[in-house]
Amino acid sequence: MPAPIRLRELIRTIRTARTQAEEREMIQKECAAIRSSFREEDNTYRCRNVAKLLYMHMLGYPAHFGQLECLKLIASQKFTDKRIGYLGAMLLLDERQDVHLLMTNCIKNDLNHSTQYVQGLALCTLGCMGSSEMCRDLAGEVEKLLKTSNSYLRKKAALCAVHVIRKVPELMEMFLPATKNLLSEKNHGVLHTSVVLLTEMCERSPDMLAHFRKLVPQLVRILKNLIMSGYSPEHDVSGISDPFLQVRILRLLRILGKSDDDSSEAMNDILAQVATNTETSKNVGNAILYETVLTIMDIKSESGLRVLAINILGRFLLNNDKNIRYVALTSLLKTVQTDHNAVQRHRSTIVDCLKDLDVSIKRRAMELSFALVNGNNIRGMMKELLYFLDSCDPEFKADCASGVFLAAEKYAPSKRWHIDTIMRVLTTAGSYVRDDSVPNLIQLITNSVEMHAYTVQRLYKALLDDISQQPLVQVASWCIGEYGDLLVSGQCEEEEPIQVTEDEVLDVLEGLLVSNLSTPVTRGYSLTAIMKLSTRFSSVNRIKKVVSIYGSSIDVELQQRAVEYNALFKKYDHMRPALLERMPIMEKTSSNGPTEIVQTNGETEPSIVEPKHPPPVTQPANQVRALLIALGLSLLNIVCMYGLFLINHESLSTIPPMIAYNKNGLKIDFTFERANPNPNIAVITIHASNSTDADMTEFVFQAAVPKTFQLQLLSPSSNVVPALNQGTVTQVIRVLNPQKQQLRMRIKLTYTLKGSPVQDLSEVNNFPPQSWQ
Amino acid sequence: MQHDDTYCPSDLSLTHRMRFLLLFSRQGKLRLQKWFTPMTEREKKKIIRDMTSMVLSRQPRSCNFLHWKDLKIIYKRYASLYFCLAIENQENELLALEVIHRYVELLDKYFGNVCELDIIFNFEKAYFILDEFLMGGEIQETSKQMINRSIEASDMLQETMEEYMSKPAF
Repeated sequence: MPAPIRLRELIRTIRTARTQAEEREMIQKECAAIRSSFREEDNTYRCRNVAKLLYMHMLGYPAHFGQLECLKLIASQKFTDKRIGYLGAMLLLDERQDVHLLMTNCIKNDLNHSTQYVQGLALCTLGCMGSSEMCRDLAGEVEKLLKTSNSYLRKKAALCAVHVIRKVPELMEMFLPATKNLLSEKNHGVLHTSVVLLTEMCERSPDMLAHFRKLVPQLVRILKNLIMSGYSPEHDVSGISDPFLQVRILRLLRILGKSDDDSSEAMNDILAQVATNTETSKNVGNAILYETVLTIMDIKSESGLRVLAINILGRFLLNNDKNIRYVALTSLLKTVQTDHNAVQRHRSTIVDCLKDLDVSIKRRAMELSFALVNGNNIRGMMKELLYFLDSCDPEFKADCASGVFLAAEKYAPSKRWHIDTIMRVLTTAGSYVRDDSVPNLIQLITNSVEMHAYTVQRLYKALLDDISQQPLVQVASWCIGEYGDLLVSGQCEEEEPIQVTEDEVLDVLEGLLVSNLSTPVTRGYSLTAIMKLSTRFSSVNRIKKVVSIYGSSIDVELQQRAVEYNALFKKYDHMRPALLERMPIMEKTSSNGPTEIVQTNGETEPSIVEPKHPPPVTQPANQVRALLIALGLSLLNIVCMYGLFLINHESLSTIPPMIAYNKNGLKIDFTFERANPNPNIAVITIHASNSTDADMTEFVFQAAVPKTFQLQLLSPSSNVVPALNQGTVTQVIRVLNPQKQQLRMRIKLTYTLKGSPVQDLSEVNNFPPQSWQ
Repeated sequence: MQHDDTYCPSDLSLTHRMRFLLLFSRQGKLRLQKWFTPMTEREKKKIIRDMTSMVLSRQPRSCNFLHWKDLKIIYKRYASLYFCLAIENQENELLALEVIHRYVELLDKYFGNVCELDIIFNFEKAYFILDEFLMGGEIQETSKQMINRSIEASDMLQETMEEYMSKPAF
């Protein structure tokens, strides 16, 4: 039986394949040979065959039949076998396969092997892919190796311990004694991995964090030595000694100094020293400076140090290297809330970055610019941002437009300026504006009473130019429907009033109805606008004609409206003026609760709701109810009829609460709200109650969500759930769901009942659709 | 309970610092894949597809950082190979560039003026070197010389074919 072909030979052969099909054929042939070799339990060439299999696996071909062979290699005495075996295990196996548990014994033996490189392989594999069970079984071995004087093994054991802690957090305590002298090491590898281990422990346990605070002076000393020490060839990178270690120490200092005055003070000097002495000509120096800035901003540093940090970021913004500019913008974005004034000083540089060629930089600069807008700089900033909106790539337009609207709403110096800004956005980026801007803008316009004439005139002129941008067209139609009388009577004060006749206005609105560019929603707006003009214009007959034509429209929405408007004309003509009256000022309400209507003229108005949104919103006043009943129209019909809109986001007190968990006397209810202004965040409040006859103490609620979500758990009201339903523990969860995927959650409950600890894991899959749609 | 890795726990520190490292050619052929968190074959294939298409479609002279899901992607081209490292959002991107550079230097020292072909024909060695530099998504050793020495010593331990054939298994 000839020896199987060598690895490099196979690679060479496969690379000669000219087509995918040819390659596949070669691979299949080789796989068949390998399979039979495996079946024959060929020890000699197993290593070579697995290596070949790993190569083919990298090309994308299945290699699962080699999994057990990797285990056999690991169990072999030959180093060559072990090396490939462990590599194969790391590439082909993971904790999902039961097979991997078979490795445990081999790894255990190899951890105690006489050759350190074999021990190293075992540590590496365990530290990369060890499952919780394996970690539990082998934690003792790792702990032993953490105390060895062999630095090669010690550093690997430290990272292995990190992995064990990540997999089985309860085991963290057992590594505590071994950490005692870790920082006295001279060996940088051990030092580095020790800092990583200490960091992991501090991040996981407030007790550990408190315990390790005493290490701050030692860490400061080590860092100082690194900076002050002369050239060390072994660790030098462009004149800086072991930047990786420096950064890790800076990060640990950050964690230790956060919310602790003493620690922060102890590290103040060294941070200032690093910040001022680090060479900035190369990326490596800037990497350290960056980490230093992050640390300064996170701990309780003196204001002088904070200003130093922000200035470093400001200098970064002027660096030729785009990576550095990008990183500066990202960091400034993080600090803009807390150190607003300091960041403001760099505003002009930031605004210049809007013109940068790099897309990532532009995005960051845009976000940061919006964060810096305030009452003082609104006019100047908005000029820059509108210019940016004009010229930026389409991918930015939606976000930029939303940002402009938000900023304008908060800081507009005058109503006229506000309307002008909106007009500018609608005309330049109108098709990118988000759908929910339309109702918001309509509300804004309604409430700017003195600007009605000006607004409708400008919108009308915009429509004459361009009817392709739907949000613009919708807002314009609505305005014309409301204020068409002001338009034809030429009442504009802000600018030269235009001369336009009723017929011309109706021409434009009818044009929207027939245009291919108009979406069904737009058509709805325009039909309603035409109808409203029947009480503002004199050409009622023309309007009646239009309305009756659309009574047979194929579009069901349009048809229904037209039919009902027709009914208004025919049977309820005396009610028409009241129903189509001018809209009152609308109050924007907070997330839950119905829209309120402030009655301005003594007449009551029906509530206005967008056709797409579910009714009903408010309790109409009794008179309106009487009106509706008289019309024989249900509230639902009114809703569809008028194409009315909702001002605030959907009232989400309509999301029903749910029971998430109910076992062994512990019941957890979820209630929902949606956070304003971000509709992608669901705010869930958990209510935990206990029907057993003893209190549940040390109650901890934890939750995990799938990767596309982000979750934030706020502090609970307490950690004792009183017995016999005498009280509840509440806790707020905020879930960000940008992709509007179905919400699922895994929860973990731990508590102590009558002295015994209880732990349970549960899936929550019964979320009501309204909570995530 | 079986560990399900499609979930991201609310406790952030449970996630690793570096998530994965990929090496691929300008045509998108994978040359090395190191995963620092467990993932299904399907997820891995999808990530590889996403990374190669994202990185290869970047404009030249763009900055070396990208955002993808909740991760930062640091990529850099060395000759005909793209090095693509995924790190968490709170990790230091500039240092990640240094990590990539360090790995390239290690490969260069070992192979002597390393090129893509070296990585293709000696992929297992590229892994061995990586496994002396990084472990579980963290840096294991910061001294180039130490790593080189370990690799050389390990290589010496590898049996020649004659030794392999003549030494019994037990």
